[in-house]
Amino acid sequence: MAKRIDVSGLTAYYSTFKAIEDISMTVEPRSVTAFIGPSGCGKSTFLRTLNRMHEVTPGGRVEGKVMLDDENLYGSGVDPVTVRREVGMVFQRPNPFPTMSIFDNVAAGLRLNGSYKKSELNDVVEKSLRGANLWDEVKDRLNRPGSGLSGGQQQRLCIARAIAVEPKVLLMDEPCSALDPISTLAIEDLIGELKEHFTIVIVTHNMQQAARVSDRTAFFNLAAVGQPGKLIEIDDTERIFSNPSVQATEDYISGRFG
Amino acid sequence: MNTTATQTPPPPPTDRIEPKSSQKTVVRPGDRIFSGLSKGSGITLLVIMAAIAAFLTYRAALALSENKANFLTYEDWLPQNTPPMFGIATLAFGTVVSSVIAMVLAVPVAIGIALFISHYAPRKLAAPLAYLVDLLAAVPSIVYGLWGALILVPHLDGLNKWLDAYLGWTYIFDKAGTGPARSLFTVGILLAIMILPIITNVTREVFLQVPRMHEEAALALGATRWETIRMSVLPFARSGIISASMLGLGRALGETMAVATVLSPNFIISGHLLDPGGGTFAQNIASKFKEATPLGQDALIASGLVLFVITLLVNGAARYIIGRRKEYSGANA
Amino acid sequence: MSQTTVTPNRSPVFSSSRLPRWAPAVIAVASLALSIGISLVAGWESKVQWGLIAALLFVIGSYAVTARIEGRRQAKDRVATSLVWVCFLLAVVPLLSLAWTTISNGAQVVDGYFLSHSMNGVLNSDPGGGVYHALLGTIEQVLIATVIAAPIGLLTAVYLVEYGKGKLARAVTFFVDVMTGIPSIVAGLFVLSFWILILGFSFSGFAGAMALAILMMPVVVRSTEEMLKLVPNELREASLALGVPKWKTITKIVIPTAIGGITTGVMLAVARITGETAPVLLLVFGSKIINGNPFEGAQSSLPLYVYQEYGIGTEQSIDRAWGAALTLIAFVMILNLVARGIARWKAPKTGR
Repeated sequence: MAKRIDVSGLTAYYSTFKAIEDISMTVEPRSVTAFIGPSGCGKSTFLRTLNRMHEVTPGGRVEGKVMLDDENLYGSGVDPVTVRREVGMVFQRPNPFPTMSIFDNVAAGLRLNGSYKKSELNDVVEKSLRGANLWDEVKDRLNRPGSGLSGGQQQRLCIARAIAVEPKVLLMDEPCSALDPISTLAIEDLIGELKEHFTIVIVTHNMQQAARVSDRTAFFNLAAVGQPGKLIEIDDTERIFSNPSVQATEDYISGRFG
Repeated sequence: MNTTATQTPPPPPTDRIEPKSSQKTVVRPGDRIFSGLSKGSGITLLVIMAAIAAFLTYRAALALSENKANFLTYEDWLPQNTPPMFGIATLAFGTVVSSVIAMVLAVPVAIGIALFISHYAPRKLAAPLAYLVDLLAAVPSIVYGLWGALILVPHLDGLNKWLDAYLGWTYIFDKAGTGPARSLFTVGILLAIMILPIITNVTREVFLQVPRMHEEAALALGATRWETIRMSVLPFARSGIISASMLGLGRALGETMAVATVLSPNFIISGHLLDPGGGTFAQNIASKFKEATPLGQDALIASGLVLFVITLLVNGAARYIIGRRKEYSGANA
Repeated sequence: MSQTTVTPNRSPVFSSSRLPRWAPAVIAVASLALSIGISLVAGWESKVQWGLIAALLFVIGSYAVTARIEGRRQAKDRVATSLVWVCFLLAVVPLLSLAWTTISNGAQVVDGYFLSHSMNGVLNSDPGGGVYHALLGTIEQVLIATVIAAPIGLLTAVYLVEYGKGKLARAVTFFVDVMTGIPSIVAGLFVLSFWILILGFSFSGFAGAMALAILMMPVVVRSTEEMLKLVPNELREASLALGVPKWKTITKIVIPTAIGGITTGVMLAVARITGETAPVLLLVFGSKIINGNPFEGAQSSLPLYVYQEYGIGTEQSIDRAWGAALTLIAFVMILNLVARGIARWKAPKTGR
């Protein structure tokens, strides 16, 4: 059920500021693609264009095409709400809904999009929590508030919430940057399992993480502050980290700048 | 597959990259209804404000066209006479004097209380005190009025005599006769007591927003507590204090019941602030309304319109200052 | 301003001479005694004066003593401290007096009979009578005002926080601020001029409720806006990213997260309009009998009752005024306490 993403000529703006320019790439289904690059290079912005979250920011605007299999997300008549059901997202900081219990958090996407029978919900919640490797830790307290969990557990709860609606693609915006090393490891393991079912795109600042979890890596950079960010290259992760074809990538990876 | 992305064949130029306007987002009916409702509510609010101004102006114009006296300078209020004559001079004087007295008394004391709660009071006392001040701000003004008329007025007799005896030479504290203290001065004191909680509340919140590091910087230079407050707390809070005071002023200007219960119904302009009598816009409306003729009601509406405009100006000024403060504190935050 | 901590003429740097901790208390007691002495000798009866003189002596006394023993800078500090304390006491005295007189005078009047009977057939100089009709009127008027103002206020706040941009939103923000400052009597005059004088309706509880609603709206908008702004953006994004439409995100995620604060704000606004007298005076007119229909005929309300009974001026009616004032304060305070209770308990769950 995972789908292929095909981006061509994508440019995104904040009001008049051009944040990223002319990006084209392909993301294969059932793979993990990591975006790396210095701060401000537009990798998070680009990620957010992949499920039309970019336009939620006031002034956010996009030109170009993002094909999900053979549907353009930005085609006329496309409802961004349905796009986001197909392309789920996990954020930098864990953000469980504070008014909801653990169970309700996972069920939120389904419940808010339609009505379900209690038994169906039970199944989906258990399946999603198992999928997020959280079930054993929380199965006895599904009715406690989600915000009572530890940071790492909260983030896995958010992943469970995202996969409960069975998206085709899962976007992760620096999902581990607010977590300790042990929780980070748990999430990384989880990513490895999730890629069996989903197309995963992850933004990370941590190059070891990119090397550990991803199949392919895209390097973004910007010429100068105030200039739009650009895709420098995308390739198999191994190759990017051993023998990149662009000098800037090598400089960045070996820590010579950024 | 190890081609770099930049080498993927560029999309054929004929492939229409949609013009920006064609990114017509599908708006769901739920969204349209909900955003329409909320926008409609905002517009309703604007309509109400416009209606207030329009209707008051209309009725006021009816009254003013009958008025044979100068509305701004005439000192008496006789809309029932033929020809009708009424003016707001006395009301304007009384409103300004009582509000000025209230501000002079309330602002320094409110700053003091706010400092007390935020910086001086023992920590265990501070939270309940803040809570108490909050509650006091909610006491209805009619209760202040009742208390002012029945308790405060008799208790101010002694002070009035004393002021008359020792400060009578200042003219303003010269008191003719021994009438009860139902004067603009008493009204000012009562208004001061009423607006204290509001000003204190806002000021205290501003004081609490002062970044801790500003104060620590001063303390680290060896400043005493007062010097710290002068160096880092007050400058930061200045515009906040001003806008809090403006809020209090707005309240004092428009206060009706507390003035109506205390002030003796004696329509005069007198620089002797301890003499009973005087009037304010709001008090005059409340006390004359029941006996007013139709023209009299319109005349009162005309005076209400003046009060409306004055409070608009005061609030506008307060808002302007708060707006500037936001920029200022934003840059520092 | 000198910022040097080391004053050269004092030999031990860190242990300069300091006043003992009990010094302010001693100065306070001394100045109080002195002021009573002075006042008795001069024959001033007013206790207000005693207090003011004591306060003055206290400030001067602490400055003098500190300046001698600890130096000028410390003395200034001490004066500021004493001034702040004096301010606090100055304000506490009248406010305590207000609370005390209302409670003690009111408690003598308020009982089951007082709360359950109207003024029907009670003469001004008769004892007895009650506030039932006024309480009923207040509750009805406030309820109607809330039903009008709360939804408009809430939706306006939603508009400003979630949808509003551009000129319209700025205009609404500005006029909400302006509206907050409208004197209650002006709101009353507005409804009078348009509902009664122009449209020709008669005095009624509903007319009063409209004026109260105008006073309530901006308060609700302001407090709701603050609460909605406190809802982290991340929650909105999390919900949108699940493919939840915006309006459902607002109604199911944003508002429930802020509901405690919103309720508190609405209740505080209710408490505020409950005590409003002026518009009720102009529009509801006052009545001695029970009129349960807010849409027709004069009604009474608690604040109006206080004003009218005070205006009659007989001993019995003043007693009733205190009784009604206590009832009113109790009503308002209960609303306040409940509102704050909700704010505390309904705060977003953090788990423990």
